[in-house]
Amino acid sequence: MTPPYTGTPVHTGGDAEHGPEAGAAHSSLKGYVTGFVLSVVLTAVPFWLVMSKAFDKSSTTAVVILGFAAVQIVVHMIYFLHMNTKSEGGWSLLALIFTVMIVVIALSGSLWVMYHLNHNMMPASMHDMRNMP
Amino acid sequence: MLDHPELKRLVLGRLTWDAIPFHEPILLWTFVAVALGAAGVVAAVTYYRLWGVLWRDWITSIDHKKIGIMYVILGLVMLLRGFSDAIMMRAQQAISFGHSMGYLPPHHYDQIFTAHGVIMIFFVAMPLVTGLMNFIVPLQIGARDVAFPFLNNFSFWMTTFGAALVMMSLFVGEFARTGWLAYPPLSGIASSPDVGVDYYIWSLQIAGVGTLLSGINLIATIVKMRAPGMTLMKMPVFTWTALCTNVLIVAAFPVLTAVLALLALDRYVGTSFFTNDFGGNPMMYVNLIWIWGHPEVYILILPAFGVFSEVVATFSGKRLFGYASMVYATVVITILSYLVWLHHFFTMGSGASVNSFFGITTMIISIPTGAKMFNWLFTMYRGRIRFELPMMWTIGFMFTFMIGGMTGVLLAVPPADFALHNSLFLVAHFHNVIIGGVLFGMLAGITYWFPKAFGYRLDPFWGKCSFWFWITGFWFAFMPLYVLGLMGVTRRLSHFEDPSLQIWFQIAAFGAVLILLGILSFIVQLVVSFRRRESLRDTTGDPWDGRTLEWSTSSPPPAYNFAFTPRIHDTDTWADMKRQRYIRPQDGFNAIHMPKNTGAGFVLAALSAVCAFALIWQMWLPAGIAFVALLSAIIVHTFNYDRDFHIPADEVVRVENARTHLLAAHV
Repeated sequence: MTPPYTGTPVHTGGDAEHGPEAGAAHSSLKGYVTGFVLSVVLTAVPFWLVMSKAFDKSSTTAVVILGFAAVQIVVHMIYFLHMNTKSEGGWSLLALIFTVMIVVIALSGSLWVMYHLNHNMMPASMHDMRNMP
Repeated sequence: MLDHPELKRLVLGRLTWDAIPFHEPILLWTFVAVALGAAGVVAAVTYYRLWGVLWRDWITSIDHKKIGIMYVILGLVMLLRGFSDAIMMRAQQAISFGHSMGYLPPHHYDQIFTAHGVIMIFFVAMPLVTGLMNFIVPLQIGARDVAFPFLNNFSFWMTTFGAALVMMSLFVGEFARTGWLAYPPLSGIASSPDVGVDYYIWSLQIAGVGTLLSGINLIATIVKMRAPGMTLMKMPVFTWTALCTNVLIVAAFPVLTAVLALLALDRYVGTSFFTNDFGGNPMMYVNLIWIWGHPEVYILILPAFGVFSEVVATFSGKRLFGYASMVYATVVITILSYLVWLHHFFTMGSGASVNSFFGITTMIISIPTGAKMFNWLFTMYRGRIRFELPMMWTIGFMFTFMIGGMTGVLLAVPPADFALHNSLFLVAHFHNVIIGGVLFGMLAGITYWFPKAFGYRLDPFWGKCSFWFWITGFWFAFMPLYVLGLMGVTRRLSHFEDPSLQIWFQIAAFGAVLILLGILSFIVQLVVSFRRRESLRDTTGDPWDGRTLEWSTSSPPPAYNFAFTPRIHDTDTWADMKRQRYIRPQDGFNAIHMPKNTGAGFVLAALSAVCAFALIWQMWLPAGIAFVALLSAIIVHTFNYDRDFHIPADEVVRVENARTHLLAAHV
């Protein structure tokens, strides 16, 4: 893909009268190595949890792995995508908040809706079926 | 070579001569007509030696203005196809009573209503909206192109090839018979084993990539490329609605892509995401597709609201009433549109708490929409209203959309929805808001910005004919459906037993004929305006006494839009500049850095379409080859470093001097 096209000398957003630190934050070798090590650890631990069956219940394992996945996302955003609260004049943070909000709405809403459908439409027995509201 | 059955299946998949509908006279004659028309176009282009012009100046163009125009042309062409489907359905329903079975067999009728919905939403409304945003947004914010000009060309061709696949299904194989959202289990492999649903999936996937990329592109453009001084709260309202719409696109379209990918997996490799057995759940499909589907309707309507805001302010000769409230209403609608999706399936078994939550959020969304309506009314209040065509479409919208909005609030009440779900009342409601809102908005926008795009105004007489035919046709076509819906008639039926209903369908069919006259008048308007273009010429660049920046350049604008990037001090920049007695700079021009045309977008999109066609027919070998070719073409394109050039200062001086002479000659 082509880089953002900046045809004219004057092409900053109107409210973004910012200095040279305005764009995405730059990373160093140290940053990349830290990110890489953290990612490896955060991937290896869930593998180990599954392989060694560390928890008795598989649902516990699933929840813990999801937790690791969430942390992994944050590591990628900070070390590889170089996001912080100031990059791009705050637009990345705003976009992140919006994304999180939409994802939370979609996931929690779907779970709520599907739980209700399951509860109402899948009666446990014929007896329940006869007594449906 | 193809004698070997295994090899034959690898190359041709399911495609045989049976796929061509020789036995269906309607399709065959349509095909003959389309083939003759296409041959005529090809002959004309060859005769006038236009192939080179077409390729150099249009197909490979990455000028946002030309891409915007091509999007609008795509939308209008597909409108003709979508409307043919509509009038065929109206005719069928008007005659198919009692012993008469009408002229369309159910198998064909089901494809028609599916194609009508898919085409009207994805290939009429979306291209018109994207086209207007593409053309206007960079001009309104004082930019010279969008942020990623090549990507823009690629997005357009993805959308176009998606539309081409749908058109192809008419003559090669068939289209889905599932309704426009293809709910499983009906769209699953057990109930729809043929290629219809595959055409549906792949055409939408291809067009969806285009839509998503153009969303990213326009967000980046609006966020990064505003002229200096244009803070967010000084952006024109149309640009604000474009920003919100594109945010919605970027957040919603991946959901559609994912859910269609899951459906494709169910159909191609036998997974059970949405099947009835093996732990699948078809309701999850309905849930997910409406998480995309509800934001989608706001993706369509928000830019229309933006058009009306610009039109009302211009033709009332006043600043827009309540600019800040308009912006906040738009943002609130953007967020709320994610909280209402369940109202599309109230009847499918959720409990009272879920239904009341989504019923209430749906009703709340009418508050910011109502606020907008009052803003427009207060803008008109004590304004000097000029009833030019765009203003007429706007007032037509206000009358029509209000009824649509109120029936929407009716449907938001879950108990009422239990009576009206899937009835013709619902069909009347969403046509009321989409025709009365989106389509009238796009027609207002097209007539408003046409002089900017082509340098001459549209002929008002035929435009008024089109307007009156459209609006009376709309009321005749859809009011009977409200009545029928309240009487309990459900949608998507190809035959009726009760003869007392027939009169209502006949009235609706009459309305469809009026709309046909409206569309024909619009085409006549385009032709007449072209022939009379000298007398309708706009020499000033500002034919309507406009208020925003796009009216400060010439009509049509030069390739670089603005010789100097303007500095912004006010929301209605151009009105402010005119008030301050702005003097156009006439010297000191520099060379201008611009992106270069490339055919890569067209090639990539064409290869994607070939790959999709092969996947639809399960031609695994051609699909694999097309996919590898697609990847290679992407890699080759990344090595293209010859992407920009400078318009020399002499050229800029020549263009600007020509404009100076033109302005001086007509003062």
